[in-house]
Amino acid sequence: MNSDTLTKPEKIRCDACPVMCYVAEGKAGACDRYANENGRIIRCDPLTILDRQLEKGGEIRPFLKSDWDGKMLEGGEVFVSAIGSGTTYPDYKPAPFIVSRQVGGVDFVTVVTEAIFSYCGVKIKIDTDRHLGHEGAIVRASGEVIGHVMTGEYGSQMLSLGGVDHLTGGSKAEGRITCDSLLKLCNKQAVELEIDEGSKVVVQAGKAPIVDGVTETRMRVGCGSATIGMFASQWRGLVDEVVVIDDHITGVVSEHQAGKVLGWEDTGIKIKGRRSTPGRYFQVAEPGLGWGGTNIEDPSVILGPWNAKKGAKPGLRLMMVSTTGEQHAYYVLDDDLVPQLQDMPDSLLPSVQLIEENCEPSLCSVLFMCGAGGSLRSGATKNPVLLTRSVQALKTSVTCGGADVYVWPGGGITFMVDVLKLPDDSFGYVPTPAIVAPLEFTVSLDDYLALGGHQDAIRAIGDIVEHGGEYGANARLTAFGDKGD
Amino acid sequence: MLPDERRLHLHHGPIDLIVEAFGPERLQALALAEARFQTVLSELVEELKVLRQPCEPDRKFHGAIARRMQLGVEYFLPRFITPMAAVAGAVADEILEAMGAGEGIDRIYVNNGGDTAIYLSPGHSMKAAIAAPFRAEIAIQSTDHSRGVATSGWRGRSQSLGIADTVSVVASNCASADAAATMIANAVNLPGHTNISRTMALEISPDSDLGEQLATVDVGDLTDTDVETALNNGELLAQTCVHEGAIDGAMLILKNSIRQVGTMDLIHTNTGELAIA
Repeated sequence: MNSDTLTKPEKIRCDACPVMCYVAEGKAGACDRYANENGRIIRCDPLTILDRQLEKGGEIRPFLKSDWDGKMLEGGEVFVSAIGSGTTYPDYKPAPFIVSRQVGGVDFVTVVTEAIFSYCGVKIKIDTDRHLGHEGAIVRASGEVIGHVMTGEYGSQMLSLGGVDHLTGGSKAEGRITCDSLLKLCNKQAVELEIDEGSKVVVQAGKAPIVDGVTETRMRVGCGSATIGMFASQWRGLVDEVVVIDDHITGVVSEHQAGKVLGWEDTGIKIKGRRSTPGRYFQVAEPGLGWGGTNIEDPSVILGPWNAKKGAKPGLRLMMVSTTGEQHAYYVLDDDLVPQLQDMPDSLLPSVQLIEENCEPSLCSVLFMCGAGGSLRSGATKNPVLLTRSVQALKTSVTCGGADVYVWPGGGITFMVDVLKLPDDSFGYVPTPAIVAPLEFTVSLDDYLALGGHQDAIRAIGDIVEHGGEYGANARLTAFGDKGD
Repeated sequence: MLPDERRLHLHHGPIDLIVEAFGPERLQALALAEARFQTVLSELVEELKVLRQPCEPDRKFHGAIARRMQLGVEYFLPRFITPMAAVAGAVADEILEAMGAGEGIDRIYVNNGGDTAIYLSPGHSMKAAIAAPFRAEIAIQSTDHSRGVATSGWRGRSQSLGIADTVSVVASNCASADAAATMIANAVNLPGHTNISRTMALEISPDSDLGEQLATVDVGDLTDTDVETALNNGELLAQTCVHEGAIDGAMLILKNSIRQVGTMDLIHTNTGELAIA
């Protein structure tokens, strides 16, 4: 029965959407998402407050005033994040939360909003030796173009997904699939990507990539040449020749500088490939999903005829290994100087295992990148460019869901953040399509007022936790996201 | 797109749509739905004031959805009804039409909070679950006349002047089904019964199109006779609607009693201890 709450005639107007419902006390508007509680419009999703004291992965729990001993709010242990704060687009109104607190005796102000980004995307680093696709190749999700392959980095492949051209510059379906893929990636969910003339790869922040159905396990220890340099001394005496197969730089110990220094003797080996410097070969095979990021399944195919005049002789022992140590093979030259596959002697296994041990786990990293240069700045201050300048002068720090960001030099407020550092499900979307991300500006009170801040809208952090904001009385306390291992 | 990669969720203010299309051209159809959705709420808000007023015959609205609402409710004149009684169904119909079903599309449903508009290409059918205290499904074939399903009741999101737990209606379009479900649910009633609590609609929702009329807020114990009487009242209107071709069928549920009118054939009914009237 609701009759007791109906005796109060309080009704207020909700401005969260164009319907502008009048909402009676204790009731929700037509959407069931915003409600009137004690004469204020509240949003039903709770505002998130990040508690530095909670362990990583700590459970989200509802904040109850009666549980609060006040301690959590001292010494900067609690930070009001923008997740669930609501937004004030168009931004002529002050941001939903402008919070003051003391850190080290100085008053700080944090301006908190959920910002709508049309200019945004993700940069992805996939730890793999395997060839995923050529630089510049198109990356698709559900058949739509959502980005491209960037550079190959040391043991990793970079992708760029999203950006304004894919979100708003292409077809409706392209924008929608792009937005959907970005949202999933930012919220730490898996997305299957297909690279034109390349691989299918399942990407999820903090998880191993799955390339063409195979879960990647290890990142290579180094290029083939580097692997030779690291392990040449351990192979000495156990084997006569070692080839480390790598799509980029294949190494041959007897010819390599590292082998020469240790006194390795010539073996008369011939590698099919383009010789760069002694013991270092480019393009021994095509890129692929085989040994060391090549298309090689049988490593002996890269070997040419052995030259007896340069040291080849029957009984010569050869080890071939990939840059991760995952693949390895052992050969002995027969009387005709043809390598014959044999079981790897136990004495060599530790060195192969050492390569594996030195390889780090393969992971996907997802960095959200966006430009906060537009009208949202006026939610923070009345003179938007002053906020930009203050950020560039390092007086105002920018965080995204409580996580530190890297702000690009140059104009505007363009930043990148590791999505693993945010709590789960911090990102949202609007059908525009665009991504909604939490954003906080923190600045000393003096500087905030100097740059034309909304002084009247400043509230104490204890007040936020106790009373919530314009759209929310319920806060949740949660641990900061993964700070990275 | 929802995590299942099949259904599209469109939300703006009080409108929540779940849309799914089947067939090779499904993504194109979903993209058209999303494009059409962008301005739906603002179009409605423009004429909202008049849409909340009692329906008048032949009133002309600018917006396509508002016109669908007017068409959906006009049948019930001169009874009291506002175009808002068909808003959910009209939005579903409009989105469905915008999806341009044709070659490459087998089936579509546009579900607006339980009020659903359906497209079926020849030879296809759609099953729909009907709100009921037991498992109830209906199957609509491409050869059937019905392309809209809607449900109303005092427990639902919109206010009801009646006491039906649910009234589900199938009709040629969703706006008509929506309006009829609302009106039949209002008619399932026992005026003046002391175990029924009612409150002025505008006290619950100050913008309510029902104004000072008494909306049901609680239904207490009712005798078997009470239940039968209330259902009789609703069934009378439902039968009239079917007779005059305004709807194809209806199912009325109050407490543990159920009535079926017209062509609303349930499949899969686990009746349990229900009394089927």
